[in-house]
Amino acid sequence: MSGTKRETGFTFTIDGVEVKATAGMTIMEAADEAGVYIPRLCDHEGLRHQGSCRVCTVKAGGRSVAACTQPAAPGQSVENETPHLTKMRRDLVEMLFHEGNHLCPICEASGNCELQAMAYRLDMTEATRFPYLEPCRSLDASHPDIALDTNRCISCGRCIRASQDVDGKGVFGYVGRGIHRRVAVNGENLADTDAEATDHAISREVCPVGCIIRKRVGFAVPIGEREFDHGLIGHEIEEKRK
Amino acid sequence: MSELPKARVATASLAGCFGCHMAILDIDERLIELMKLVDVDRSPLTDKKRFTERCDIGIIEGGCCNEENVHVLHDFRRNCDVLIALGQCAIMGGLPAMRNAIMHSDAPLRECLDEAYITGKYIRNTTHNVPNDPALPLLLDEVYPCSQVVEIDYQIPGCAPSGDIIFDTLLKLLTGKFRGFEGDMIRFD
Repeated sequence: MSGTKRETGFTFTIDGVEVKATAGMTIMEAADEAGVYIPRLCDHEGLRHQGSCRVCTVKAGGRSVAACTQPAAPGQSVENETPHLTKMRRDLVEMLFHEGNHLCPICEASGNCELQAMAYRLDMTEATRFPYLEPCRSLDASHPDIALDTNRCISCGRCIRASQDVDGKGVFGYVGRGIHRRVAVNGENLADTDAEATDHAISREVCPVGCIIRKRVGFAVPIGEREFDHGLIGHEIEEKRK
Repeated sequence: MSELPKARVATASLAGCFGCHMAILDIDERLIELMKLVDVDRSPLTDKKRFTERCDIGIIEGGCCNEENVHVLHDFRRNCDVLIALGQCAIMGGLPAMRNAIMHSDAPLRECLDEAYITGKYIRNTTHNVPNDPALPLLLDEVYPCSQVVEIDYQIPGCAPSGDIIFDTLLKLLTGKFRGFEGDMIRFD
């Protein structure tokens, strides 16, 4: 910014828009600063990048890469909102809906849910081609202030990183492999861990869906005033470019 | 434009709560405008139980939870050129689909019926039986979205969908101008 490190700055393009970056920045970090929104679910401001949900997939130099982990390169030409990528992202989000039990009309996260908001943004409105897996998953209401409805978990791991890196606790972790990989708590159930309602991992912004529930606060905000009632997800970033 | 023949529209409520039909009434005074473009055939709104002729548009509320729902849905697909799933129950099963995945249960339908009629704390069912009158349609093992039973042409999301999105979509379909929804109109709740 001051000009002393000008030699490390460079530019590249996203969908033809010139974007500034410095060495070590990921494509998504540079895009966010420039006001270009790249859809994402497992990435969250303030948490280390993981690159697992693949919703932020872009084409860089003809290759599909996760924008949240791929470093930007000088002169690179990145494709973001092409029909092909939008369709692929929509399919990914749709499969997340089908993999768990996502019943928006009964969910207290509805209107504040990033998965739902992503489906709105990506226009997930056509008749589905995928089967609903409808797994039987557990509800953990053992903790006095927190409940976990794992039917809604999309395994993004944001709570894992928030608990480890920000809270310094390790309440959550991954178990299993492949399609059986799930987020689990470090104990028999949540009441056996040192989780507290004031943890960053439990805060509303970290869980993108309605899996981590703070008891006695649900449905407080009326329809019409919830986070994504006001605009599509990502509009705050896109407004920077205006 | 006034020379256009009126389109025939049929509607039905399957495993739904009739909220989506109430939402059709949320179109309010624009219903007058809409009724200039359509005639309503088989529908709870006209109380006609059978198709009187082939329809241009069929509107389905609710998913399929029993064999009668499947029968009606097949009847609509046979008799309608364009079939619209209206609301979350028709689109993905909605609230009735909660019975598909009950925690720790290998037989969710059995558990659902037992709690509703036999073991539930607040029930007064003196016969201690699950209703089994032969006149009752057989329940399906699961609640199915309409698109898993027949081909669905369009889906109008919402629980219930707003009067605006219903009116907007129908008007655009009737005038051949439907190109998808505006992003800020899509709601799953």
